[in-house]
Amino acid sequence: MDEKKYLTIDGRQIAIEGERNVLEVARKAGIEIPTFCYHSDLSVYGACRLCLVDIAGRGGVASCSTAPEPGMVVKTSTKQIRAMRKIAVELLLAAHDQSCTTCYKSTSCKLLDLANKLGVTKVRFKPGFERMPLDNSNPSLQRDNNKCILCGDCVRMCQEVQGIGVLDFAGRGSHSRVVPAFGKDLKNVECIYCGQCARICPTGAIIPKNEVSKAWELLDNPEYKTVATIAPAVRVGFGEAFGMPVGTDVTGKITAALKQLGFVAVFDTTFAADLTVVEEAEEFLRRVTAGGTLPQFTSCCPAWVKYAEQFYPELLPNLSSCRSPQAMFGAMAKEMLPKLFDVPREKVKIVSIMPCTAKKFEAQRPEFSRDGDRETEVVLTTQELIQMIKGAGIDFNAIEPEAMDLPLGFKTGAGVIFGVTGGVSEAALRYAYKKLTGKNLANVEFKEVRGDDGYRRAEITIGDNKVRVVVVHSLSNAHKICEEVKAGKADVDLIEVMACPGGCVGGAGQPVYVGMETRKQRAAGLYRVDRNMQLHSSEDNPYVKEAYQNILGTPNSHKAHELLHTHYQSRKRIQDEDVLVSGSDEAQEKLPVTICVGTSCFKRGSQQLLQELTDFLKENNLQDQVAIKATFCHERCDRGPTANVDGTIMEKCSFEALRAEVVKRLRSAVAK
Amino acid sequence: MEKELSSATQFGKVCEILDRYDRDPAKLIPILQAVQEEYRYLPEEILTLVATSLNLPPAKVYGVATFYSHFTLTPKGKHIIRLCDGTACHVKGSTALLDAIRKRLGLTGKQQSTPDLLFTVETVSCLGACGLAPAVVIDDKVHGQVTPEKAVALVEELINAEA
Ligand code: SF4
Ligand code: SF4
Ligand code: FES
Repeated sequence: MDEKKYLTIDGRQIAIEGERNVLEVARKAGIEIPTFCYHSDLSVYGACRLCLVDIAGRGGVASCSTAPEPGMVVKTSTKQIRAMRKIAVELLLAAHDQSCTTCYKSTSCKLLDLANKLGVTKVRFKPGFERMPLDNSNPSLQRDNNKCILCGDCVRMCQEVQGIGVLDFAGRGSHSRVVPAFGKDLKNVECIYCGQCARICPTGAIIPKNEVSKAWELLDNPEYKTVATIAPAVRVGFGEAFGMPVGTDVTGKITAALKQLGFVAVFDTTFAADLTVVEEAEEFLRRVTAGGTLPQFTSCCPAWVKYAEQFYPELLPNLSSCRSPQAMFGAMAKEMLPKLFDVPREKVKIVSIMPCTAKKFEAQRPEFSRDGDRETEVVLTTQELIQMIKGAGIDFNAIEPEAMDLPLGFKTGAGVIFGVTGGVSEAALRYAYKKLTGKNLANVEFKEVRGDDGYRRAEITIGDNKVRVVVVHSLSNAHKICEEVKAGKADVDLIEVMACPGGCVGGAGQPVYVGMETRKQRAAGLYRVDRNMQLHSSEDNPYVKEAYQNILGTPNSHKAHELLHTHYQSRKRIQDEDVLVSGSDEAQEKLPVTICVGTSCFKRGSQQLLQELTDFLKENNLQDQVAIKATFCHERCDRGPTANVDGTIMEKCSFEALRAEVVKRLRSAVAK
Repeated sequence: MEKELSSATQFGKVCEILDRYDRDPAKLIPILQAVQEEYRYLPEEILTLVATSLNLPPAKVYGVATFYSHFTLTPKGKHIIRLCDGTACHVKGSTALLDAIRKRLGLTGKQQSTPDLLFTVETVSCLGACGLAPAVVIDDKVHGQVTPEKAVALVEELINAEA
C-alpha cells in the first residue's frame, strides 16, 4: 500500500496528493493564501510575490512555484510574511491609478480586496507611473494601462488558453507595460474580443465595454419600442451577483426585472437558438447528401468566427453560413415586431443581454444593419444588466418571476443548452435523429458530447449513419482541430467551436469567476433547465414552426438565407503600413504594384514572386516605372498569393501572369 | 528615410536573414540583431514580417524588441550624441548639457531625433569615463569636461558641415 506523504501548514498535517505546489496543498485544506498571478489553468509565472510563505529552513518563498515536499513546515501568516505582503501591495498601489470610486471593477477588484484584507490604510511610497492613454478603440473591451499591475495573467490567458498572444510585456524596468504589438490599440491587432483577458485581470486594467447608458437612452425615449432578449447562459450566471447558489436558473426574475426597467417586451435568444439548430442541422445534412464542403464548423460564436476570418481564411467555406442566435434574433425581431407593435422598423430597438463581449463586436458588423439601422441596437453583458438592475433599486431577490412574451420568448431545451460546450452539437444531433429516422428520441441526452475537456471526440450512430463530431472550446483547441482539418487528418464531419472556456457559461460578460468549478456548475444549471422543459427538440417549438409557415418557408430557403444566414471575409490581423520594396512613393506616374506577404500568401510563394518581379524589372531597366510594395494582407488569403496591379487584384498569381499584367499596363501607359 | 527601405535588396535582405537563421523562432534575438544592423533600426513592418515568418505573435516580437536597450524601433539620426548621466557626470552638471544641446537642436518632449534625422540625442547611464565628467560622445568620439557652451559649439560644427 502506498504510504501517504504529509507536510505541515500552520500546524496542520496535510496530505500531498499530487499537487504541483505548496499553494494548491494549502488551498485544498481551506487555507487561503493571497495571489495575483497564479491561476490553476495557466502556467506558473511567480512574479507578484504575494503568495509568500515561510518554509522552515528556507525562509520566505513563493508558494505558487514551490513543489510540496514531505515533512515541510510551512507558515502562511507570520509577522514577517504579513509585512512583506503589505509592502508588495503598497508598491503595486503606488504604481496604480487608484480611481477606485469610479472604477467598474471596484466590486470585484482583487487589488482593492487585498489592500483591505491586509490592512493597507496608506501607501508609503511615492506614486510613480507614466500616464498612458486609454484604449477605447474597439466595440468590446476597454484597456487602461494605468491600472495594470503587470501580473501577466492576461498575457498567459491569451497565449496559453486562446493560443493567440495578442498581449505581451513590452519595455522593461519601470517602463514595462502589457500591450498589444507595437503598443497599438486592440482594434488594430488580431484580438478576437473574447474578453477572457478581462475576466482574468485582477484589476480594472481590461474591462468589458460598458453600454448601460445607451440602454437607458433607448428606454427613456417614448418613441421607441425597446425590447430585451436574453441569451441562454445569462440565466444561470445572474443569480451569483445576488448571493444565490451558482447555476440557479433565474429566467423569470430577470424577465420581471427587465419589465420593471421599462422594456416593452422580454424575449429569449433561445428562440433564435432553436432556429439556428434547424438551419444549421439542415445545412449539415445537405452538405452530406449533396457533397458539399465538409467538415462543417459551427458559427454561433462570434469570437471564433473572427478568429477563423483572421487565421484560417482557407477554412471559411467550412463554416456554417448560419448567423449566431443573437444575429438571427435581431433579423427575426425586426421582421416581426414592427407589425406587432404597429410602428416603423427603425422604432423597434433591440437590447440583447449576453454572457459575451464578442457579441458587442458582432452587433456592429455591417452585415447586421439595414440602411444604417442596427438589427441589435445595444448588447449588454450579464454584468451590465446586473449593474442596471441594482442601479434602478430593484430588489432582485424579492421580485416575483414573470413569464416571457410570445412568440419570440418560447424555447425548447435544445436551444437552452447552446450556452454550454457541446450543447450546439447535442441540439443538432437531436434534430438530425428525428430527421433521418423519422422517430422521436427515447432519450434526448447525448452524453457523448458533454463534458469539460477542451477537445472531445464522439461518434454517434443515427440509423444507418455515423456522425463524427469534435467539440472544442478555447481557441488553442480550435487551432489544433483546424490544423488537423487542413492536413486532411481530422476524420470528422461536424465541429463545434466555442471560444470561451466551458462555452458561453464561461463568457467574459458573466459575473467574474476564477477556477473551473463555477462554470461547471453553471453548465449543470443549464442541463437542469433543459430537463425541466416540456420540449427538447428545436423543430418541436410551435413558434419556430409558425415562423417557417408565415415567414421563412422551408429551412435554408431563400428567405431563410436572407434573414438567418451570413457570409464571411478574410481579415487582416495587424493594421499597418505597406513596405516599399522598390521605386519611390512620391512619383505619381509610376505603376503601383502591391504583393501580399501575409502568412498565407507568404507560404504560397509570394516572396519569390516579389523577388522575380524586382529582378525582371531590373534586367529590363524598368525599375523606375514601377513602385512595388509589400503588404501584409489583401484579405483574400484563401486565394493567395495575391497581387494588386494598380487596382486590378490578381489571385493565385503566378510570376508569368503578373509579368504579363505589368507589361500590358506599362505599354498602355506609354500609348496614352 | 524611406530610402532605407526602398531597395529590393533590402527587402530581400530580411528574407535572407530569416533563411540564414532557418526561420527558427528560437533565434529571434540574433535575427533582430541582424535586421537592426541592416536597417539601422527595427521598422514596424519588418518586425511584422519577421513575426509572420517565424509564426510568432507580433506582440511577442515587439516585446523582445523593446526589452533590450540596444534595439531601437525608431530610426536614428546620422549623428548620434550620447550624454553620460551616471553619478559623476550628473553631479558635474550633465543635465544642463543635455538641455543646452536639445535646445540647440529644437528637440522637445520625448523627441530624441531631429525631424531631418541628422541628429539623435540619448543619455546613457555610464560611459566609464568618470574622470572626464561631464562626458559627451559624439559619433563614437569622447569629449571630456564639456561645458554647455562647448557642447553647443560641437553641435554647431556638425550642423555647418552638413549644410
Ligand atoms: S479579448 Fe481574447 S483575443 Fe483579445 S486580447 Fe483578450 S484574450 Fe486575447
Ligand atoms: S492588464 Fe490586468 S491581467 Fe494583464 S498584466 Fe495588467 S493587471 Fe495583470
Ligand atoms: S501567486 Fe505566486 S508569485 Fe504571484
